[in-house]
Amino acid sequence: MPIATYAGKAVTVNDEGFFEDPSQWTEAMAPEIARAQSIDELTEPHWQVIKFMRAEYAEKGTGPTVRVLGKTSGVSVKDLYQLFPKGPAKMAAKIAGIPKPRGCI
Amino acid sequence: MSDTIEKVSIIVSKGSLEGVYPALIMANGARAEGIEVNLFFTFFGLDVVHRSTIDHIKVATVGNPGLHLVTMAGGLPGVSSVMTHYLEKKMGKLDIPPIHEFVEMIADTGAGIYACKASTDLFELTKDDLIEQVMDIITVGEFYAMAAGGEIIFT
Repeated sequence: MPIATYAGKAVTVNDEGFFEDPSQWTEAMAPEIARAQSIDELTEPHWQVIKFMRAEYAEKGTGPTVRVLGKTSGVSVKDLYQLFPKGPAKMAAKIAGIPKPRGCI
Repeated sequence: MSDTIEKVSIIVSKGSLEGVYPALIMANGARAEGIEVNLFFTFFGLDVVHRSTIDHIKVATVGNPGLHLVTMAGGLPGVSSVMTHYLEKKMGKLDIPPIHEFVEMIADTGAGIYACKASTDLFELTKDDLIEQVMDIITVGEFYAMAAGGEIIFT
């Protein structure tokens, strides 16, 4: 398993860079993970989505898809793609330290 | 060749429910992976972006062996509607959006939505007949220019 270092701490990630163990994640790591994905600054709406991803994962054991995010996170699909241009569910999951959501919709 | 896909252009030529969903799911899924997407609606695929038909896309119950339905039965009045209703209900349970909502969502993801000029000419349609998400009516040449450098999927 590859090891990545965020906020001075070593964490295990998979080949695509998603956290293997979400409990290793701290909020302090998020800006660094985001920068590696070309998001220079995490704004308030970014955090809204990241926290929603964490909450959904904690509750359901899997991250939400873009459709679910658009319907329930309080951020519209249009805005989600502005915030996370390379795929909102995928990018936000990575930054939030949870596994990549699996879903076709 | 790169080992990642950066752009896809998906041609939708069918106007049946089972002909349309795969294209929409692939388009939406590509955007979710950060892949650039253009959707090009041609021939009966135009029904998906036509204001008066988008909410009435039905399963083909004739000439569709996958349904395992006796051909004669498939042609009876109402069978297509019943089958469509049944599938829509099942898809709703899986949180697959209805076609109209799905197309709107795909437009919101930043995908390009275009109608084919030859087909709109054939069916005597103008941009006013099409849903607002359609960015333009384009020629096949313009489509190829737009698709350049990416993958093309025909459905």
